[in-house]
Amino acid sequence: MTSREQILTSIRTALGRTEGQAATPLPPPMLRVPLMDPKALVETFVQNFEKLAGKSIVVGAASDVVPALVQIVQGKRVVASNAPYLETCGVRAMPGIQTGFTDPSAWREACVSADVGITRVDYALAQTGTFVMLASAQEARLASLLPLIHVAVIPRSRIVANLDTLFGILPAPAEQTSSMVFITGPSRTADIEQILVRGVHGPGEVYAVIVEQD
Amino acid sequence: MKERVSLFVTCIVDQVVPQVGIAMTEVLERLGYGVDFPAAQTCCGQPAFNSGYREEAAAVATHFLNVFRDAEYIVVPSGSCTSMITHHFEDLFKNDSKLLEETHRLASRVWEFSKFLLEVAKVDDLGARFDGLVTYHDGCHALREMKIKGGPRRLLSKVQGLTLREMEPAEECCGFGGTFCVKFPEVSGGMGRTKVESIRKTEAGTVVSIDPSCLMQIQGVIDRERLPIRTMHLAEILASR
Amino acid sequence: MAGAPTESFQKTLDDPRLQLAIYSATGRLVNHRAGSIRGDLLPEYQDLRTRAHEIKRHTIEHLDQYLEQFERNVVAHGGKVVFCRDAQEVADFVLGLAKERQAHLIVKSKSMTTEEIDFNERLEHHKLEAVETDLGEYILQLAHQRPYHIVAPALHMTRYDVADVFTKKLGVEKEVEPENQAKIARSVLREKFLRADIGVTGANFLVADSGAVVVVENEGNARLTSSAPRIHIAIAGIEKMIPRAQDLAVYLSLLGRSATGQPLSVYTSFLSGPKRQGDMDGPEEFYVILLDNGRTKLLVDPEKRESLFCIRCGACLNHCPVYRKIGGHNYPWIYSGPIGAIITPQFHGVTKHPWLPFASSLCGACAEVCPVKIDIPKVLLKLRAEVTEAKAREGQSGMERFAFRAFAWMMTHPKIYLPFASIGKKFLPVLPRIGPLAKWTSQRELPKAASQSFHNWWASNRGEGKQA
Repeated sequence: MTSREQILTSIRTALGRTEGQAATPLPPPMLRVPLMDPKALVETFVQNFEKLAGKSIVVGAASDVVPALVQIVQGKRVVASNAPYLETCGVRAMPGIQTGFTDPSAWREACVSADVGITRVDYALAQTGTFVMLASAQEARLASLLPLIHVAVIPRSRIVANLDTLFGILPAPAEQTSSMVFITGPSRTADIEQILVRGVHGPGEVYAVIVEQD
Repeated sequence: MKERVSLFVTCIVDQVVPQVGIAMTEVLERLGYGVDFPAAQTCCGQPAFNSGYREEAAAVATHFLNVFRDAEYIVVPSGSCTSMITHHFEDLFKNDSKLLEETHRLASRVWEFSKFLLEVAKVDDLGARFDGLVTYHDGCHALREMKIKGGPRRLLSKVQGLTLREMEPAEECCGFGGTFCVKFPEVSGGMGRTKVESIRKTEAGTVVSIDPSCLMQIQGVIDRERLPIRTMHLAEILASR
Repeated sequence: MAGAPTESFQKTLDDPRLQLAIYSATGRLVNHRAGSIRGDLLPEYQDLRTRAHEIKRHTIEHLDQYLEQFERNVVAHGGKVVFCRDAQEVADFVLGLAKERQAHLIVKSKSMTTEEIDFNERLEHHKLEAVETDLGEYILQLAHQRPYHIVAPALHMTRYDVADVFTKKLGVEKEVEPENQAKIARSVLREKFLRADIGVTGANFLVADSGAVVVVENEGNARLTSSAPRIHIAIAGIEKMIPRAQDLAVYLSLLGRSATGQPLSVYTSFLSGPKRQGDMDGPEEFYVILLDNGRTKLLVDPEKRESLFCIRCGACLNHCPVYRKIGGHNYPWIYSGPIGAIITPQFHGVTKHPWLPFASSLCGACAEVCPVKIDIPKVLLKLRAEVTEAKAREGQSGMERFAFRAFAWMMTHPKIYLPFASIGKKFLPVLPRIGPLAKWTSQRELPKAASQSFHNWWASNRGEGKQA
């Protein structure tokens, strides 16, 4: 018998089950979806994000994003993902921004040496101040991970109440991506004497630029 | 004349702190209850059960069932003994449906003392008087298995002259744990000392609990440290005039 | 108690610095948790616990089915599943793969399961370097120590201990500020992440309907471990399974709060398979190792089976008055605290460390805070009965069984017990301080002697013919 067969057989014997025996049905998932209006969603997100030492900037239109970013990227090496929304906002055209990569090694090198990574997010969770990012050809993983500063551009319509709401909208993430990540604030640890330190392996500073009229 | 209540004083009260049983008797008689004490009573079997000797515990539990078969209300001055009877007797009689049924019928007639006063006698003011600063220790079985927390405090709030100051942290184990206290004395002692330190910080002169075993552990540590604090059972406070 | 590491307990109890470190670190986690589950912030907390328990019960009771569903979905997304019976099979697989792919450097994120199987040691033996990347685990790896706590592995070390380790093992100048110590680790490990051939993570959850592994962390090292190297291997116990992605709403609401008081940990990765068409980064190969290592033994008993529901939050450790006195290194296995006390005897047999289920006052604080409602005291009580039964079978019961037989006989023969107790008490002051008496008096004074039993008082004051 293979290890697989042995393990499955041990399990069935222990549980008194036979191969192929159906399970009794599971009750539907417990999802509590609070109703929140758009203004409340933005306010709640900002409040919770800032509790995590996140820095938020709320702008009116997509065209207001670039001016908001000027101070943050000044004098720094910046990579931006290939997200179409960043194109719309004009971020990808900012002087000095490295973007448009199609070659994985060049992309990786750029992320390694960058100080700032700019991305869009797929969703944001208001009640926890969380970014939800799905890896894709337009949105690679490393921009929000390697550089010490991460800037997330968030269309207001992408802010939802909480995790439960997200799983209601996205019940099967694996169908869409090999990697869905929830990012809640800057990287941190309290491993040494329980003292909080930020920016251990992931970014130490995170910005959320929320676009109200997206 | 109200109904009759039967006392199960517990082996510790019987042998070590009989004054708790005496106080309980006085309080119940003052309320108009006819109090009786089935003299064949001994123990609930918890020491054997907690040490993994289920057969031996079952023998003691069966004796308990026999002694209290005809009792209407059984009142117990201990959270841990009450919870042994109401929560764990059924673990002992899993293979005996007759005894199991008796156990379930019994469970509804067994009352920890403070619960009896509040929920059956429906009184919270016993006309008691006790001058001084007091702190209250929540025994773990009472707190977590029987969910007893506010009741004793309500009773204490009606005692004239008594000021209650809560200890911080409030819900930590005193370290008795039945045979644990002699199987792991160094750990039990450490836990007891931490508990006494929390008590000392309240500056209370008296620690009150509904569990005599906790009080025995706490008083033992207090006396070793020669602190001027005494332990008293809730019944003794409520019987004070 | 016989067999318990009493001297080691005493050493830990006598170390005021260590006592303070354990008490304050766990105390902080206790307070943070309490703050995050307050009635106004999370009114559904008890409902969530009930649901979390029920979903795990369902999953564990149909585990074979969910493992098969999980496997199908991993494969459908381009990954591979490897069932391993024990530590050796895991090592053999990883070594074999490393050889085939000419891999020399492995980076690892925090995984108690890999500690359980001595993963790093087995690989080291074959000259394959596996570098821990979680800050606490990295420090411990350099110091050759075991984790002290499920969630806060280096809880017992001071910044000076860390400074020493870094100076000795990394050759850096002495640095005692935690923020700078983290910077040193970041820079050393960044180079490892980028050079590594294989990334090994654990998994907090395995999701059957998605073929996904979920990895929860705060530092970002697990994301790097699973994204930078070209091969990602996730190693998980078979009991980590949950049925649906949507069930994560329940578990993720409970995990961060129970562990550290965070509504969500900084990073939660939901990983299903290698990178997809067009992705610019992510692993090219994705493996999930499903480990038994004795878990199927824990499935057998319906009353103890819930020991497998654990989501490794560490709350039981933080609230345990025994753990908070003796610390993590005094438990015989890698899993410490109340959860360690119930799974260790089930994995290793009750007679290996017969004292372990008794090292508890049964206060129930653990059960009260367990997010999946494992009734730890109930399992401990059952294990205690199993220990005494095993000892009886092996003819090793000794004095204790005799003492409890005598106890039971006395307590069922009051006419003998009561006079015996009356007389016996009189001798208490002169009895030699041996056995249980000595154990009691080693830590505290004996109670004052009562002049008469309650039985005698009743007979004299309320008995037949006496007035109230």
